[in-house]
Amino acid sequence: MKKELGIFVLLVVLCALGWALSPEHSFLSQANVYNLLYQVGMFGIFSLGMGLVIITGGIDLSVGSVMALQGVVLGMMLNDKGWPWPIAVALSILLCIALGAFNGFLITRVKMQPFIVTLCGLLFYRGVARFVSNDETKGFGEATGFLGVANFFKGKFLGVPTAFWLLIIVAALMWVLLHRSIFGRYLYAAGRNEDAARYSGIGTRGIISSAYIVLGFLTAISGILFAFYTNSVSPSGHANSYELYGVAAAVLGGCSLRGGEGSVLGIIFGAFLLQILQNLVNLLGIPSSLNFAVMGAVILLGVLADQLIKNRTPRVKAAA
Amino acid sequence: MANTLLRVENIGKRFGGVIALKGVSFAIGEAEIVALIGENGAGKSTLMKTLGGVHQPDTGQIYVDEKPVKITNARDAMANGIAFIHQELNVLDNLDVGANIYLGREPKTLGIINSSEIYRQAQVYLDRLGLKVNARTQLAELSIAEQQMVEIAKALSQNARVIIMDEPTSSLTLKETERLLSVCKELRGEGVSIIYISHRLSEIIEIADRVVALRDGANAGDLTREQITHDAMVNLMVGRELARFKLPHHTAILDRFVTVKNLRTQRYPDQTVSFDIGRGEILGFAGLVGAGRSEVAQALFGVEPGLEGAMEIGGSESFLAHTAAQAIAHGVFLVPEDRRKTGLLLDWSIRDNISLPALRRDANKGFVNRTREKQIADEQKISLQIKAPNVEARAGNLSGGNQQKVVLAKWLSLNPRMMIFDEPTRGIDVGAKAEIYRLMRELADRGVAVMMISSDMEEVLGVSDRIAVMCEGSLTGFLTRAEATEQRVMNLAVARAHEAVA
Ligand SMILES: Nc1ncnc2c1ncn2[C@@H]1O[C@H](COP(=O)(O)OP(=O)(O)OP(=O)(O)O)[C@@H](O)[C@H]1O
Ligand SMILES: [Mg+2]
Repeated sequence: MKKELGIFVLLVVLCALGWALSPEHSFLSQANVYNLLYQVGMFGIFSLGMGLVIITGGIDLSVGSVMALQGVVLGMMLNDKGWPWPIAVALSILLCIALGAFNGFLITRVKMQPFIVTLCGLLFYRGVARFVSNDETKGFGEATGFLGVANFFKGKFLGVPTAFWLLIIVAALMWVLLHRSIFGRYLYAAGRNEDAARYSGIGTRGIISSAYIVLGFLTAISGILFAFYTNSVSPSGHANSYELYGVAAAVLGGCSLRGGEGSVLGIIFGAFLLQILQNLVNLLGIPSSLNFAVMGAVILLGVLADQLIKNRTPRVKAAA
Repeated sequence: MANTLLRVENIGKRFGGVIALKGVSFAIGEAEIVALIGENGAGKSTLMKTLGGVHQPDTGQIYVDEKPVKITNARDAMANGIAFIHQELNVLDNLDVGANIYLGREPKTLGIINSSEIYRQAQVYLDRLGLKVNARTQLAELSIAEQQMVEIAKALSQNARVIIMDEPTSSLTLKETERLLSVCKELRGEGVSIIYISHRLSEIIEIADRVVALRDGANAGDLTREQITHDAMVNLMVGRELARFKLPHHTAILDRFVTVKNLRTQRYPDQTVSFDIGRGEILGFAGLVGAGRSEVAQALFGVEPGLEGAMEIGGSESFLAHTAAQAIAHGVFLVPEDRRKTGLLLDWSIRDNISLPALRRDANKGFVNRTREKQIADEQKISLQIKAPNVEARAGNLSGGNQQKVVLAKWLSLNPRMMIFDEPTRGIDVGAKAEIYRLMRELADRGVAVMMISSDMEEVLGVSDRIAVMCEGSLTGFLTRAEATEQRVMNLAVARAHEAVA
């Protein structure tokens, strides 16, 4: 809980700064907040999946490339082939789940390292996406009844973007899964000390694999949102390096790359923090070329502050 | 005590709300072996860690040669002539034996590590300990006991004036223990002093010149050479008379409740192992370090699946577990020997550790049953007398013996048909040991087949109803309680290793 508190304070400070410094307080304008929630929704959903994988002590670098592949394939099914949208959307989700399962298989059965497996995925799926599409940008739109779905995903409910509602639903499910179910407990155990978990009768391979599968599914959901948001998918640029946003959100939110640590609330806060930063860079007229530099610096500071707080705790207690 | 070599005065240390030491004083002279005793959590390791530079005392002063010193890290300790063999292994298993022994002190020629010199010198110390291991072997290939011996070799190589040994024999078998004790005596002859911590009181009777007892973080009294007896030591540690444990034994029940047939393990693929355990029987497994006993246990429990073989319990279909979950489903449980690697999640609370194997059973539609979880942990904490403020305490902060109790507690709330204990009392004090033996007997009386691997001869002879002896991966014989003597067990334990007898 203490961990989330730290980043929450940081969030509040950033919001206050944003409000105070943005021209005409536009940071809190309705349009800006709406846009912010939209972005947080899209990025937050797969970040939760990334968090799950990081808790197992792994990582998935292939997320962005998988989204590109999914977007391209979705465009081809809808536009070029003219398949009905429910089938196309379902197939694109299945594709992502299958790729997640494949990662899980290589990592737990073949015992390859997550970083290497998914680094190869990052290169491979991007290449496949460009190849199957002839490197052409794929748009949507001609499919029958398609406009309705697109509008649903791009739409809003009670003034809040659908993407953010979806994030809330996913987060609630994930919270229960991670913090209340035995699956969650097994996941933390497998991430912290796989041997001890195995010796306690936990099927660690299945548990770890399922984290990659869940990430695959959430990647698919985010991927659909992104695809409709941009309305077209350029195979080489779509969702480029989005996996790093996921990793950053998870790490900012208190996940440790050593595994066994992290919380749903923290990851959500992490996702918020990243998007607010980007938003502020725009609003405050900071040259957008500095975008990444600002993000990198803030992540470093955030993790550093966390470390300092953690190391301090025992000494504070001892003095008490 | 001719010349006081090392002295500490009024050392106090607290961790958060836990007061580990409340003003302890202690001294050791030249060429003296002082045994430090006390129950689990009494503060023995903590006191030694202030000497080894691991912890800084909150109060008190350390003197070397009657001069006040400050020891803030392991390097300081070494500079003051103190070598420290920690209770928990402290080795790098990605390096070889020689590199571990000379870590941080590598002999160099022209600034480059002189490997051949490392291996040559390391081998001298290994041989001195009677360890049949080449200095070039990767540490990961050694058993825990062998790794422990490497740690001892490392301390020897530092040419220290005082060597602190925190439960050095807890994972050693009789043979190695004897070897170590005679090395200790040799060292004393050469003027080296030793602070010796152990829960095996017979060792202390054999080598200690003096005994210092701690109780609840304070001095509880000393014993001179003439006063050292088993009962006197127990008295000091516990603060009251403690009846010596006397276990009711059963004559071996040969109903073949559990049968294991032709088991081949990954470590000894050329050997097969077959045995049976009766319902309510405690079958002890004796043998030297590396005899393959743990491998049999791990194969039966499915964590290092056997290559071949089968087991049956109570006339069930025969099976060979390939995962721990399968073994557990058949009612086979293992209390592993390495509590830090495979027994516990050190960063987790006592409660979360204890409840882990029972989560699924107690779950409510896949949800963790948090009330039940806490209830079980509280029960086990009381019945095993786990010394901690509450069950939320981090398992890694417990004293070694209390960690072991948590590992035991994990399985006791479940319903075993066969229980495998791999070194169940490693590092456990006399009182708690008796408690664990009683527990094993109780399990057996409930109809559970108990397999107990132990390197403690007293334990093997005292607790088992029947003894199986292993040597180099194969079973060399069985002894009933009536037949079993230390000598017979030892003969079988080296039956195949003729060269080892010399
Ligand atoms: N790092 C730590 N943080 C919190 N408590 C600690 C820490 N180290 C030790 N303690 C506590 O200090 C007390 C003394 O522990 P210590 O390890 O010195 O016992 P011990 O006498 O060596 O016991 P054992 O025979 O079981 O090894 C215990 O209650 C233990 O839980
Ligand atoms: Mg200790």
